[in-house]
Amino acid sequence: MSIFSDVPQAPPVAVFQLTADFRQDSHPQKVNLGVGAYRTDDCQPWVLPVVKKVERLIVEDDSLNHEYLPILGLPEFRSASASKVALGDDNTAIKENRVGGVQSLGGTGALRIGAEFLRRWYNGVNNTATPVYVSAPTWENHNSVFTDAGFKDIRPYHYWDAASRGLDITGLLDDLENAPEHSIFVLHACAHNPTGIDPTQEQWKKIAEVMKRRNLFAFFDSAYQGFASGSLEKDAWAIRFFVSEGFELFVAQSFSKNFGLYNERVGNLTVVAQDSDSLTRILSQMEKIVRTTWSNPPSQGARVVSKTLNSPELFDEWKGNVKTMADRVLLMRDQLKAKLQALGTPGTWDHITQQIGMFSFTGLNPKQVEYMIKEKHVYLMASGRINMCGLTSKNIDYVAQSIHDAVTKVQ
Amino acid sequence: SWWGGVQMGPPDPILGVSEAFKKDSSPKKMNLGVGAYRDDQGKPFVLSCVRKAEALIAAKQLDKEYLPIGGLGEFTKACAQLALGADNDVLKSGRNITVQTISGTGSLRIGANFLSRFHGGPRDVYLPKPSWGNHTPIFRDAGMQLKAYRYYDPSTCGFDFKGALEDISKIPEQSVIMLHACAHNPTGVDPKPEQWKEISDIVKKRNLLVFFDMAYQGFASGDIDRDAWAVRYFIEQGHNILLSQSFAKNMGLYGERVGGFTVVCNDADEAKRVESQLKILIRPIYSNPPMNGARIAAAILNTPDLRSLWLEEVHGMANRIIKMREQLVAGLKKEGSSHNWQHVIDQIGMFCFTGLKPEQVERLTKEFSVYMTKDGRISMAGVSSGNVGYLAQAIHAVTK
Repeated sequence: MSIFSDVPQAPPVAVFQLTADFRQDSHPQKVNLGVGAYRTDDCQPWVLPVVKKVERLIVEDDSLNHEYLPILGLPEFRSASASKVALGDDNTAIKENRVGGVQSLGGTGALRIGAEFLRRWYNGVNNTATPVYVSAPTWENHNSVFTDAGFKDIRPYHYWDAASRGLDITGLLDDLENAPEHSIFVLHACAHNPTGIDPTQEQWKKIAEVMKRRNLFAFFDSAYQGFASGSLEKDAWAIRFFVSEGFELFVAQSFSKNFGLYNERVGNLTVVAQDSDSLTRILSQMEKIVRTTWSNPPSQGARVVSKTLNSPELFDEWKGNVKTMADRVLLMRDQLKAKLQALGTPGTWDHITQQIGMFSFTGLNPKQVEYMIKEKHVYLMASGRINMCGLTSKNIDYVAQSIHDAVTKVQ
Repeated sequence: SWWGGVQMGPPDPILGVSEAFKKDSSPKKMNLGVGAYRDDQGKPFVLSCVRKAEALIAAKQLDKEYLPIGGLGEFTKACAQLALGADNDVLKSGRNITVQTISGTGSLRIGANFLSRFHGGPRDVYLPKPSWGNHTPIFRDAGMQLKAYRYYDPSTCGFDFKGALEDISKIPEQSVIMLHACAHNPTGVDPKPEQWKEISDIVKKRNLLVFFDMAYQGFASGDIDRDAWAVRYFIEQGHNILLSQSFAKNMGLYGERVGGFTVVCNDADEAKRVESQLKILIRPIYSNPPMNGARIAAAILNTPDLRSLWLEEVHGMANRIIKMREQLVAGLKKEGSSHNWQHVIDQIGMFCFTGLKPEQVERLTKEFSVYMTKDGRISMAGVSSGNVGYLAQAIHAVTK
């Protein structure tokens, strides 16, 4: 009798199942608007030119080997460059030596290490009852990360307003006012996944004001810095504002999208503490968490990122590559909206250009999504989320027409 | 501040050794704490097969798209074949699930998390006494509890076979027992094949769940099949094992974090169900594993001339270690030591449990700048033909 005979089959992760289904489909006009990875106008993955250049430099450098990195990661990557990208080179907190970095396996890894730390050391010791608030909707893995880290009370906060296809700021602020003190709030720094709706600067100011007054913890998820607007500074505005307001906070940074380094798993958990003594103690505990999770992080991706960020010319070249990606997405947004308007598709489509980043919450309902997939072979998430990167000059007409048909034929 | 209550974490005992070593200015200093292979010049060694594989890969200009949650298929397949043997029935029947992991640590942690969530038996994991220091916190953080069975006999610096069998025979049914497949860390003491057979019998009798940690396949004896013998024997005997593999040492891929986790199931259907649950565990930790090291390992394992080159190089690393063991014992004899140092040669793999006491270790460090862990463990990888004589002198000085 096997000890595992009772292990049930788990459901597949939806977004990967979508891609699997897309691959099986033989329809000549099929389009994959599912998983969040950048594509060129030829619908190909894009290894950034600066990344190719830096990888060659690394291969040619005989002084490099494959030795273990320190537990917290490559020093020249962590707070020396990765955290600086988020906070800005001349950030006061950095100058005051109260910013640290934990190199992690992608944004997911940074979130998990941060969550594990909070569960052990925040709001008492091992206080699994601390409420964790995630936006409604949010990236579905947020729930699992905090649950598996041991938190027992994960709650939604109001975010997406279906009626206006925008931000439910009133609901959000209400939730902040009514959250128990010390609750943890997972905030999307920019390019909210999956809606693409970000608070305005004025709205961020209000959010920060309530959070400070009610002693709520800000845990930023920053997976799209630079990718959203094309500007690193603009996309980090909310994080920098919170830091300037004196918050102690975490930022889970991913370099998957903005460096196109998806499979190298490059991420950084930036820790902003009140003083350097706290930071030292925090990092010593982070080491213990890392040691039993992955011991030390993979070196390749961090080398590529730190080499790039620490060289002025390569840094500029990288910013250019990032802008290339951001601009193509903005172009697709403009064109999709224009085409839907030209087709006279019922409803308003302003949200397509108002939303920002890789994703757009189209507003299509589950029936319409099913129609898109089954009848049109256009693959998108059941939530109506589309990845703008899946759109190209060659397929945009077909996609626009498909959306038009879905909206007019399916209620 | 939120963090007033955060205590300073205790320093890592092994890292502490390296820190102290760095600060020492003696020209004769030796770092015998490090668990990474060094060549005879004391330098890190990048295998030629690795460099060749990297060149091959670079030429292909591959993209950087996310791997599946379970990792690179050509890697996981080759990884399982390496451990079990290419013609193993388990592989043929598809009743194993092998996922790519973040080296050995990541593999153990996934296994520990899986046990914590799905193992209906006792929460206790039995480790050999002593075991790798990180085993305990890994299982604890995953929610399991730790117990031990006798393993190392300090009076012989060898295997406490009788004690191990006695303890194992008392382990409650369905408990998890951790076994080091080869090159036991930290002692270097491995059971002989006849002893493994008896261990398998008693483990079967007690209906225990076996979790093998194989971090040194190829690195111990120099022969990959010989080093995997215990794993293969247990499977043959019907144990449905859990297995962690690391390619940190045997391919020198330390910082690339290449490893595998395998569950041998009853049948292919069960393997599919277990796989689906492993993915659910992995996704909220790091989503999917890093590509670079896995591509290198896969290229080496799957390209015939790279694989042959690798086997030669692994053999070479193991041989250098074995030679250093012999030279150290010869050196101690030459110094006039009257102690029995046979265990230095009998032990296998990177580490040697010298039998030195803490006071002797302290003297070695203070008077001779020889750095090692307090338990008397030395990494043979830190020994070279250039410093083995000095080491023999130093050890003799503190033990005569």
